[in-house]
Amino acid sequence: MKDIFPLQLTDVGFAPDGVSLLHDVQLRIADGARSVILGANGAGKSVLMRLMHGLLKPSSGSVLWNGNPARPAAQAMVFQRPVMLRRSTLANVEYGLKLLGVPKALRQARAEAALAHVGLAHLAERPARVLSGGEQQRIALARAWALEPRILFLDEPTASLDPSAAREVERIVSDIHQAGATIVMTTHNLGQARRLADEIIFLHQGRITERTPAANFFHQPQSVEAAAYLSGELP
Amino acid sequence: MDALSAAFSLVAGADARLLQIITLSLRVSFSAVMLSTLLALPLGAVLAVGDFTGRRSLTVIVNGLMGLPSVVVGLLVYLLLSRAGPLGSMGLLFTPTAMIIAQAILVTPLLAALTRQIIADVWREYAEQLSSLGATSSQATATLLWDARYSLLTVLLAGFGRAVAEVGAVMIVGGNIDGVTRVITTTIALETSKGDLPLALALGVILVALVLAINALTFVIGNWAQRRLG
Repeated sequence: MKDIFPLQLTDVGFAPDGVSLLHDVQLRIADGARSVILGANGAGKSVLMRLMHGLLKPSSGSVLWNGNPARPAAQAMVFQRPVMLRRSTLANVEYGLKLLGVPKALRQARAEAALAHVGLAHLAERPARVLSGGEQQRIALARAWALEPRILFLDEPTASLDPSAAREVERIVSDIHQAGATIVMTTHNLGQARRLADEIIFLHQGRITERTPAANFFHQPQSVEAAAYLSGELP
Repeated sequence: MDALSAAFSLVAGADARLLQIITLSLRVSFSAVMLSTLLALPLGAVLAVGDFTGRRSLTVIVNGLMGLPSVVVGLLVYLLLSRAGPLGSMGLLFTPTAMIIAQAILVTPLLAALTRQIIADVWREYAEQLSSLGATSSQATATLLWDARYSLLTVLLAGFGRAVAEVGAVMIVGGNIDGVTRVITTTIALETSKGDLPLALALGVILVALVLAINALTFVIGNWAQRRLG
């Protein structure tokens, strides 16, 4: 099978109804890294992520996976607010596998393994929507993990969670990365960015101002916008 | 008061005539809702999820037709099925089948409009997640219908309630023939005008009880599904 990497965005712009939310984006995501996208509210982080994941089509420019415009199946996304289907926890995880065309006989075992990875095997038969926000986000991570994605997008996955649930999500994201997935995530939590990121992509008003290894970014940002953001001058 | 006590003795004695009328009412309205479901559920789902020109106009029309007067539906079906009408040769006029067709037409806009509303709400919540998982639009539609199944069941009950309580359409296309096409509502209308109040009252009590039971069941299903599935 041909590799899906690198993911290459060239001259990407996104301007629904003429309002430019993202412009002139050049970005290359290679296999294996953990990239964290930082930026103020409205900088375009979520839009950039949805363009990469294929939920949005760019108004200009191209999004190519190893030169191919087709959206690969080996990817998954976890949203800020988990969307739980009106089914059991296990059925929620199996659902993604069913869409992926995994034979029925294999689905349950894969879904159960994914639930065990996130520590929720004991809740498999419970209806997912009556569980807590932290548990639902872990189910969403299990649903993504079961797909065995090559790349996982996470859009502020811990923004609605308490600190201990957030730590649990961070642990799971690290495990999914260990299992071989490239990670692209957004967050407003700088501590979390420090803990998880190999590199930081900084967005300001719809434009990437810098891309810096995480080790350098926090004490030596390259762009004035990122420096202002880190010192708390940006909203 | 004499009429009322006579009515209760009819109900208590499970009068054969009464039972036949009630059974036909239930059979006609149940069949009408089942028939309507075949069209209304897919139509409602397409209006909720579909992306085609004219979707808004069609939605407005379907919503507007919820208030369709039943006598007008009766008249239209009558014209279709009468001897000189386009389907006259089938000989369906003044049969229970004609009544089923009329009631199905009557409740289809109601079922489609309620289905559209329910599916649209679930879709708003699910859309991004389902796209992310790579669902095709037919897979997404099937998922929405399945996940909204309990809400849709209450929609069918609402349709049954409307059908079983209407009088205009079944009166016109059924003809209110004793022992053949006489249902609860048409019998009440006829017996009242004839002055046979006990039978009319007995059927009135049963119809009200039926409608109350349908609404209670709707409430119970809604509550149960909320607790069970969230």
